[in-house]
Amino acid sequence: MMATSPLVPDAGIADWLAEQTDKSLLRFLTCGSVDDGKSTLIGRLLYDSQLILDDQLAALKKESRNRHVGDEGIDFSLLVDGLVAEREQGITIDVAYRFFSTARRKFIVADTPGHEQYTRNMATGASNADLALLLVDARKGILTQTRRHSFILSLLGVKHVVLVVNKIDLVGYDADVFAGIESQYREFAKDLGFASIAAVPVSALKGDNIVTNSASTPWFEGAPLLPYLEELLVDEDRSKAAFRFPVQWVNRPDLDFRGFSGTVASGTVRTGDEVLDAASRKPARIARIVTMDGDLQSAVAGQAVTLVLDREIDVSRGDVLVHPGRTPHYSNQFQAEMVWMADEPAYPGRSYLLKLGAQLIPATITDLKHRTDVNTLEKTAAKRLELNEVGTLTIATDRPIAFDPYAENGAMGGFILIDRIANQTLGAGTISFGLRRAENLSYQSFDVTRDVRAQQKGQTPAIVWFTGLSGSGKSTVANLMEKRLTAEGKHTYILDGDNVRHGLNKDLGFTDAARIENIRRVAEVAKLMADAGLIVLVSFISPFRNERRLAREIAGEITFIEAFVDTPLEVCEARDPKGLYARARKGEIKNFTGIDSPFEPPETPDVILKGATKSPQDMAEELYERVSG
Amino acid sequence: MAISGASLTHLSRLESESIEIFREVAASFERPVMMYSIGKDSSVLLHLARKAFYPSRIPFPLLHIDTTWKFGEMIAFRDRMAEEYGFELRVHTNPEGLAANINPFDHGSARYTDIMKTQALRQALGAGQYDAAIGGARRDEEKSRAKERIFSHRNAAHAWDPKNQRPELWRVFNTRLNPGESMRVFPLSNWTELDIWTYIHAEDIPIVPLYFAQHRPVVARSGTLIMVDDERFRLEAGETPREELVRFRTLGCYPLTGAIRSPAATLPEIIMEMQASRTSEREGRLIDSDQAGSMEKKKQEGYF
Repeated sequence: MMATSPLVPDAGIADWLAEQTDKSLLRFLTCGSVDDGKSTLIGRLLYDSQLILDDQLAALKKESRNRHVGDEGIDFSLLVDGLVAEREQGITIDVAYRFFSTARRKFIVADTPGHEQYTRNMATGASNADLALLLVDARKGILTQTRRHSFILSLLGVKHVVLVVNKIDLVGYDADVFAGIESQYREFAKDLGFASIAAVPVSALKGDNIVTNSASTPWFEGAPLLPYLEELLVDEDRSKAAFRFPVQWVNRPDLDFRGFSGTVASGTVRTGDEVLDAASRKPARIARIVTMDGDLQSAVAGQAVTLVLDREIDVSRGDVLVHPGRTPHYSNQFQAEMVWMADEPAYPGRSYLLKLGAQLIPATITDLKHRTDVNTLEKTAAKRLELNEVGTLTIATDRPIAFDPYAENGAMGGFILIDRIANQTLGAGTISFGLRRAENLSYQSFDVTRDVRAQQKGQTPAIVWFTGLSGSGKSTVANLMEKRLTAEGKHTYILDGDNVRHGLNKDLGFTDAARIENIRRVAEVAKLMADAGLIVLVSFISPFRNERRLAREIAGEITFIEAFVDTPLEVCEARDPKGLYARARKGEIKNFTGIDSPFEPPETPDVILKGATKSPQDMAEELYERVSG
Repeated sequence: MAISGASLTHLSRLESESIEIFREVAASFERPVMMYSIGKDSSVLLHLARKAFYPSRIPFPLLHIDTTWKFGEMIAFRDRMAEEYGFELRVHTNPEGLAANINPFDHGSARYTDIMKTQALRQALGAGQYDAAIGGARRDEEKSRAKERIFSHRNAAHAWDPKNQRPELWRVFNTRLNPGESMRVFPLSNWTELDIWTYIHAEDIPIVPLYFAQHRPVVARSGTLIMVDDERFRLEAGETPREELVRFRTLGCYPLTGAIRSPAATLPEIIMEMQASRTSEREGRLIDSDQAGSMEKKKQEGYF
C-alpha cells in the first residue's frame, strides 16, 4: 500500500508544509473541438505527475477494455469524464475540475466540452482561468470550434494560450504540419489580445512532449507542456489597481458594531484611508479592518474582510467602496460584449435581471449593434442573438450601477443576465465602456404634476392592459368600457393594436423582436397618457409575460390592471371576425399568435374575463367595478 | 491566513473564496442551512463559516442527519462544538426508519443509506423549508462531484439535472429560485484533500480524534477493517474483535466505514502518510462502490 511518491520530501515536515501553503496556483482550462483529446491530455498530465492512485488505476484498467488505449493500456479520458451519459457517449458535456500539483506549482484544471451546443459550459470553465490549453488535432488543423473558443477566451480575458497540436504521432511527427498549424493560428489570433501564445506538438496518448522533450520530434525546440505550465508567469499584481470593495453583506451582530463584509476586488485598503460609496459619493474613513484572526492594518485584492467606517453612511449590499480620485463608472447605460447561453434568443427591448458583483437589478438590452462571426471575426448586423452567438450590445439598467470596463477590472465588469420568470442564467457579458448619455440626460420636473392634472379631471389615472388571443373580445370589451366611463364623465383613451400599427408602429413586423418593441412603445405611450390624467385602455394581444411585466414596470406608480380576456383558441378561431385564423392556417400569415407563435397566459392577472361563457357587457361591467372601485 | 508580499498564498485564496461563498448565501437566501456531518471537511466548513460572519454568529442553523449509527465519538464531538461555538444545531433522524429499525446489517448498505440518509435529508430539508443547503463536498472527491457547480440548482423534488446545469461565470452566482426549488452550495468545491489537511494544521482546527491512530477493536470484513464501536455490532460466527493500531481517513456510519492500519497520531504524520499512500480517500466508504455511476445516481435522487 505504501509506495514512494515524488511528492514525499526528504526535508523536515515543517518545511514541506510551509512549501505547500506557499506554492503558487495556476488555473487553466482545456478547450478546442470535440475529439481533439482534451480529456485524454488531462488524464495524461495526471498520470505522468504520478497522481493516479492505485485503486483508481485498477478501476481504470478494468474500464479501459474495448477502448482506444495507449501503451499503458489505459483510456485516460475515463479519468475525467464523470457523468454516466458522458461515459456512455464518449463525449464531454459539462466542465470537470481536476486538481494536481507538482513540486513547483498547484494546478486547477477545467476540462471543458468541445461540442458547440455546450459552449456555455466552456465559458464557465474559462471565466476563472489564467491560461488555456487550446487543443488541435494535427490531422484536422484549425476548426470552427478552435476559432470560437479562441474568441470566447479573448472575450473573457484569458491572457495566455498554449496551442497544443495533439495526435502528432498520427501525422508521422511531421515538422511541416506543426509549423503550418502554428502559423495559421498566430495569424488568426493576432488581434485577439493574448499576452502570450506558445505552440507544442504532443501525443497525449503516447506522452510525447508532455513531461520531457520527445525523441520523435527533434525539430521542436520549445519546452514540453508540463514544464512550460510550471514556469509561466501569469500573476498580475492586482494590489496596485484602483481599490474596489463590493459590499456583500452588512455585518451587524449588535447595536455597537456595524461592518461591511466583502472581498477586496482590486487594490489595497489601509486603516485611516478615506473611502467613498461609489453611488452616493458620501465619504468616510476606514476605522478598522476586521477578521476573526484579528484586525489588519491593510487588505489587498482577493482578501475577504469586514470594513468598519468611522461614521454612519448609508451603505448596503451591492454598494461599492472606493478611493476618492479613482472612482468607477456610475451610470445606467453601457456597451458590452455578450455570449448568449440560452435556447431562447436575446432580443433588444426585453427586460432581464442583471447581476454584477453583488448588484442585482432589472436591465434591458437597448440595442444590438452586431453579431460577430467566429470564423472570420467579421461583424454583421443582427436583430437577435441566438444560443452560443457572440454580439455587441448596449444595456440600460433601471437605476445606475457602479462598474469598470472588464479589461480594467474583471470583478467590476463581468455580469450575467437572468430570465425574470424562469430564473435561468441566459448569458454572460463583459462591459466595454460606459455610455455617458445617461449622466447628461436628467428628468425635467414641472410644477403641474400628474396628481394636479388628475384632480382637475376628477379621476384616478390608470392603465387597463388587455391581453388575450386575436378574436378573444379585447377590443369589444374595451369599447364598452370606454362608453361607460365617458358616460360617467371620465376622460379615457383606447390604444388598439391594429390602430397603433397603422401609425406609430408601422415600421414593426411580427417577429418576436418586433413584438417586444411594439409593446415597449405602447407601454411608454400609455404611461404618458396616464401621466396626462387619462384612464388608458390598452388592447393588444401582448403574448409574452416578459413584455407585460415590462409594461407594468414602465407604468411605475400608475395604477396598472392586467385584464386577461381568457377565451379559448377554439372559440376565437370559430369566431374569426377578420378571417385571420383561416389565413394563418393556410400558411398565408406567419407568426400568428396561437397558431405558429406562442401565447403565454398571465400567471397572476388582476382580472380574468371568461370570454367563452360571458357576454361582452358582463365582462365590461365586471371590469368597470374593478376600475372605479 | 497569512499573505506573502502582495499576493495571496494558495490556501488564503481558497479561504477567501469560501468565505465569499458563505456570505453570498447569507445575503441571498431566506432560509439557509449548513449540513454538518462532523467529519474533517465539516470542521473546516464550520471554521470558515465562523470566519465569514465574525463578529456575528453564524446566521443560519447547522443540520446533522443522525442515522443513529455514527461513531459515539462523533456525536460527543458534535455536541461539544455546538456548545463551544454557540451555533444552532438541528438534528434529524428518519422517524419511520427508526421505528422500522432500519440498520446496515439487516437491510444492506444501499437500502440503509437511502432510508436513513437520503430520505432523512429530504425530510429535514422539506420540513425546514430551507432554500439553500451548504455542504462540504469537494470536486476532487469523486467524478460526478468534479462536474458540479458551486451553487448547484435542485428542482422541487431535490433532484440534480447534470446535463442542464446553470452556467456559472466568475464568482457571479445566480441565486434565483422558483417556488419549491432549492440550491445546494459547496464552498469547498476547489479544495483538495491535501488542502483540507494542511489548513487544519495551519489553523489548528479541532477534528474528531478518530482521525488519529489509536488501538481500537476491529474486525476484518471483505478486505476492510470495521471498528466495533458499540454493542449493536453483530459479530459473525468465529469473529472476534482484535485491538489494532488504526485510524480513519473519512468518517461516516461506523459499520460502513473502513479503518486503515496506521501509526499516524499527529497531523504532520497523517499528512505525510497521505502523501505516500496510493489509494484514494473514498475507498474506505462502502456506499460509493455499490454500483457504477452510483454517486451521480444518488445525487439525482437528492443525496448530497
